[in-house]
Amino acid sequence: MQAMNKILVGLIFGLVLGALDGATAWFTPAVRSMMTSIMIGSSVKGMVVGILAGWYARRVQSTAKGIAVGAALGLLFAFLVAAMPSENGQHYYLEIMLPGFVVGAIIGFLTQRMGTPAEVTRK
Amino acid sequence: MELSDPVVQHLREVVDLPDLTGTRYEIEREIGRGGMGVVYAARDRDLDRRVALKVMDTAFEGEPKLIARLEHPGVVPVYETGLLPGGRVFYSMKLVAGTRMDAFLESAASMAERLRVVQRVGEALAFAHSRGVLHRDLKPQNVMVGAFGEVYVMDWGVEGVAGTPAFRAPEGPCDARSDVYSLGALLKLALDRLKPVPQLLAIAEKAMSGSPAQRYPDMAALLAEIERYQNGFAVEAYAESPWETGLRYARRNAVLLWLLAAFVTVKFLLFFLRGR
Repeated sequence: MQAMNKILVGLIFGLVLGALDGATAWFTPAVRSMMTSIMIGSSVKGMVVGILAGWYARRVQSTAKGIAVGAALGLLFAFLVAAMPSENGQHYYLEIMLPGFVVGAIIGFLTQRMGTPAEVTRK
Repeated sequence: MELSDPVVQHLREVVDLPDLTGTRYEIEREIGRGGMGVVYAARDRDLDRRVALKVMDTAFEGEPKLIARLEHPGVVPVYETGLLPGGRVFYSMKLVAGTRMDAFLESAASMAERLRVVQRVGEALAFAHSRGVLHRDLKPQNVMVGAFGEVYVMDWGVEGVAGTPAFRAPEGPCDARSDVYSLGALLKLALDRLKPVPQLLAIAEKAMSGSPAQRYPDMAALLAEIERYQNGFAVEAYAESPWETGLRYARRNAVLLWLLAAFVTVKFLLFFLRGR
């Protein structure tokens, strides 16, 4: 994992954590019928957050800032997903944004700690 | 007329002052005295700077030549060596303003600062060993901690120096592992008066094993072990219990564990707040 670049690390962890986050929707009976779309959406959301957090981590090496940026990205993309009406017409802002915020923070942390940063170039 | 003790002492020192005719140095005061000679604070007239001037008790030039081979931040640089009119060897070196390690350890220095000093000593020794030079007489009195945190290893031993019992390997100054023993003793002293850290004590004990074969093979191995402890990894010298392993893992990954706990908490709260 340490030999991979941070964007790839972000992509992988974003995909896995996004999928896990989506899978926990099963505990909400009202949305069980939409599990497939939830899993896909959550995984893609996680991947996008991971790629962006990894890109940031390549340029800025700060665990605190990485967590903050990851959390902000997670919240933003979770909001965009939550803003789309679901198949039953309802919006699940709290259920999507709150976990999305925390998952983003975790992705931000992991991209700071793992993977290789960008090479330093001297002008 | 009776002379007081301080006056008698001063007269003795004046009588003992070496004849520096032909050199460019002026003695200011005596700053130390050891088995091999006397160290003075002196002024270099030509360069108008203060130096430390060591006047050996013998004509043996081994020590300055030994030190001159070692160019390392942890080794005091030698400026000049020569012979005094009386046939005694002298050499001038950087005058280090600071505290001896034994005095430094008596202060309220933190664990991190103490380990840092031990590591700097180890690095100087590792460099010396790579140049085929052993210290042979490592002890707190031979380590100076400068005013800005710099660390110098002084008084590099030569053949025939016995070493100091508490810090001397039982087999005598044979090879690098003898210096490993001495650094282990320094580490143990550095840990004194602090809350016991089992891993560091185990590292010190392993370095001070009675049998050289059971010690760390060289300085690099000992320093790597200390660094592993500092980075939250397991150390070879200490057999952890599963509980200690878990605790160390938790400490090392505290942020991640808190974030995961936050995720689980959020999920549980949402589950119970929104109902089934």
